[in-house]
Amino acid sequence: MSARPIRPIRSTRSTRSIRSLAALTTAAALTVGAAGCSNPESGASGGQGEGESAVVGIAYEPESLSPLLGFGKDGNSKIFDGLLALDGDMALKPALAAALPEVSEDGLTYTYKLRQGVKFSDGKPFSAKDVVFTYRTILDAKTNNASKSELDAIKDIRATGDGTVVFTLKYPYAPFAQRTVLPIAPEHIAAKQDVNTGPFTTKPIGTGPYTLTGWSKGEKISFKANPSYWGGEPKVKKFTMAIIKDDDVRATRLRAGDLDGAILPPNLAEGFKSDKAKKTHAAKTYDYRTVTLPGGNKVAKDQAVRQALDIAVDRQTMVDQILEGAGKPAYGPVPTGSEWFTEGTERTHDLERAKKILDDAGWKPGKDGIRAKDGVRAEFPLWYLSGDRLRQDHALAYASDAKKAGISIKTQAGTWEVIQPRMKTDAVLAGGGAPGDPDFDQYLLLTSSLAGDGFNNMAWYDNPVVDKALEKGRESGKKAERKAAYDTVQRELVKNPGYTFLTHIDHLYVVDDSWDGLTTQIEPHDHGLASGPWWNVEDWTPKGTKK
Amino acid sequence: MSTGLIEGKTARRRLPWGPMARMAGRRALFAAPVLLAVTFGVFAVADASPFDPVKAYTGTAGLTASQENLDQIRANLGVDQPLTTRWWNWLTAALTGDFGDSSVMRQPVADVIAERMGWSVLLAASAFLIAIVLGTALGVLAARRQGGWLDRCASAAAYTLEAAPAFWLGLLAIWFFALELGVLPAGGLTDTASDVITPGQVASHLVLPAAVLGISQLPWFFLYVRQGVADALDEDPVRGARARGLSETSVLLGHALRSGMLPMLTLIGSRVPELITGALLVETVFSWPGIAAATVEAATSVDFPLLAALTVLATTAVLLGNLLSDLLYGLADPRVGFDG
Repeated sequence: MSARPIRPIRSTRSTRSIRSLAALTTAAALTVGAAGCSNPESGASGGQGEGESAVVGIAYEPESLSPLLGFGKDGNSKIFDGLLALDGDMALKPALAAALPEVSEDGLTYTYKLRQGVKFSDGKPFSAKDVVFTYRTILDAKTNNASKSELDAIKDIRATGDGTVVFTLKYPYAPFAQRTVLPIAPEHIAAKQDVNTGPFTTKPIGTGPYTLTGWSKGEKISFKANPSYWGGEPKVKKFTMAIIKDDDVRATRLRAGDLDGAILPPNLAEGFKSDKAKKTHAAKTYDYRTVTLPGGNKVAKDQAVRQALDIAVDRQTMVDQILEGAGKPAYGPVPTGSEWFTEGTERTHDLERAKKILDDAGWKPGKDGIRAKDGVRAEFPLWYLSGDRLRQDHALAYASDAKKAGISIKTQAGTWEVIQPRMKTDAVLAGGGAPGDPDFDQYLLLTSSLAGDGFNNMAWYDNPVVDKALEKGRESGKKAERKAAYDTVQRELVKNPGYTFLTHIDHLYVVDDSWDGLTTQIEPHDHGLASGPWWNVEDWTPKGTKK
Repeated sequence: MSTGLIEGKTARRRLPWGPMARMAGRRALFAAPVLLAVTFGVFAVADASPFDPVKAYTGTAGLTASQENLDQIRANLGVDQPLTTRWWNWLTAALTGDFGDSSVMRQPVADVIAERMGWSVLLAASAFLIAIVLGTALGVLAARRQGGWLDRCASAAAYTLEAAPAFWLGLLAIWFFALELGVLPAGGLTDTASDVITPGQVASHLVLPAAVLGISQLPWFFLYVRQGVADALDEDPVRGARARGLSETSVLLGHALRSGMLPMLTLIGSRVPELITGALLVETVFSWPGIAAATVEAATSVDFPLLAALTVLATTAVLLGNLLSDLLYGLADPRVGFDG
């Protein structure tokens, strides 16, 4: 209403009442508003020195902060520790365990001695019962943990005394120790609540280097250093992860100084090259882009077509043009340079040979240049996730390379809701990759029995030799036998490439040059909170301080 | 509430509480079936949408999960049951005060609403205040000199703004004030590095979203007031007042504005739904941690309990808005009465 007082000449009852009513409504609205201004997530702040606070921008937000629901299952969870942890070279080191586990001769029993004197950030001691509780809860059918199949091998877990935990496996699972980087939850808190919806899922307590000070969903997650951390109090006292899904907004906020670091796509990271105060960190990854050639498609399942596409595609140009050099050609799930990569399985771009393979197999070019065999035209659709520029670029480049060999590929954008029902017959530009053990990714990607199981084996790949090698690699405890098994898989993928692997993508992070000790691990496809140079922010040292 | 006038024996004015209460009662009876239908509608629409609640729940982990695992989660979440069962279960629980747990926020629905409600009310109330005060002031000024430069500029701007979506205004404001000028924060409730919510921080973060939301609502108020006051200026009471030699300010505010405000009262009520949808977009654009931003998340994640609770809330707000404007109108113009 008008700010000026209205001086009535001939007052009527109604206007007066309206005025007071409106004033009342406004006042009420303001009061409710003010009452809502309590801070649900207060935390300490205070005079902090240069470099003692870090704010980074990330693109993905965890669904939950409870390890029981899958948070931090691959380590670097900040709030929690696992029994083991991965160091900068992806080697296992003890964390809540005092040493690496003792593995029985048959590979079925893993015994962990626990670190003594560790306390949760609420002051209660950590013990073997917390470990048993964590694993048993995750495996419970009532727990909504989508990653629990990673622990399928576990038959039983027991505590023998306060200081020892023994895992018994159903079958010898060679990479099991790597699964135990999974964070440990406190039984005394989490056991008293509903595992799926209790407050622990958003306000967790752990043994880790940081404690949570606030999680404003869709906006940011803030941490402060745990002063009583068993590994020593971190020097970066305050750490905030801002969740910014849009790449451009993230880059702008980094430039504006609102962020100290951020993950950026190659074209935006390029813009910070001349900035002397910032450094770009390129993390090597297992993150591949691949095209599924589904076993349910008459053209794509043809071995000659698969082989031809595999060499008709110009991977190096994709790396140079699409990734601006930040990546490398991919010939299989394992990146070149990894100890698990099979030398000699690199493919060279050879369009002429691709054409010859198709000619020999009876795929003859028609009038429009598209080949056909027995009345079947060499064409199939290729789906990519709508809105994903990188996948779109890969899909278009792939279709254009295929066209040169006489195979017509129609690219189409869609959401997973649209794509998933079509995966049996239509090709998909997919992404994936998990570092560490080759079993993690390859078993799910290539095992024939997992065809059509959720998003596993999206190409319905079916190769008995590969199936056998994957089992062998999974169960054998001997490194040499395992290496031989995964060599077999990679060689089979040359003979029968049910997926055309295109590139392994570097993840680029631009960070203020205010800290020492920044490194990157080898990163998986899903690079959320745990990846980036801040994987070990607890070890950062602000520049200019004594080490 | 003394009027200060001597008008026979009624020195005190009393509101017609009886008829008002009866009208509110009738509306409340009418609200029950509306709410029932709306919640069922939300369940049905969400169920028919291509979004999968399990996929939203599991996020990236769901992409490598086994089908057996996903099926188990579907059963745990209860989303494998038929639509009507789910709705009925939700409804009966809600009537006992249990609104269930939000699958996307991983919190009880009541907590989500309690945490976020205040921020939304603060934003919406500030925006509404901006729209009403600014709209009325501009409307009066424009009506005073119809066809003058202020009238022409303001009217043109109002029609343009009426057509501009709130999220577009929001992006424009972010680009100009946050990126180009760097004077106001681009989003959030506080600075990213700060965990403490101080009134100063909130105030500076509130400016842009509240201004954008307010300005997107402003044209309606402006145009209504402008028209109402302009019409009133031609009417007898104004002519009478002018004839008695009252000052122009008195005529404008005391006579013309007062009768010109009447149509605006209905507008206040009918703008509530627009305000809610506007807030939906503005909160998303500015990462404002309010209830509207949660609605968007709930919708895309097919979070039935949260979505249903929020829809009930929005529907209630709209019904209350309508009731409020009808009551005000009935009070302002006794000929209308409280029969609705």
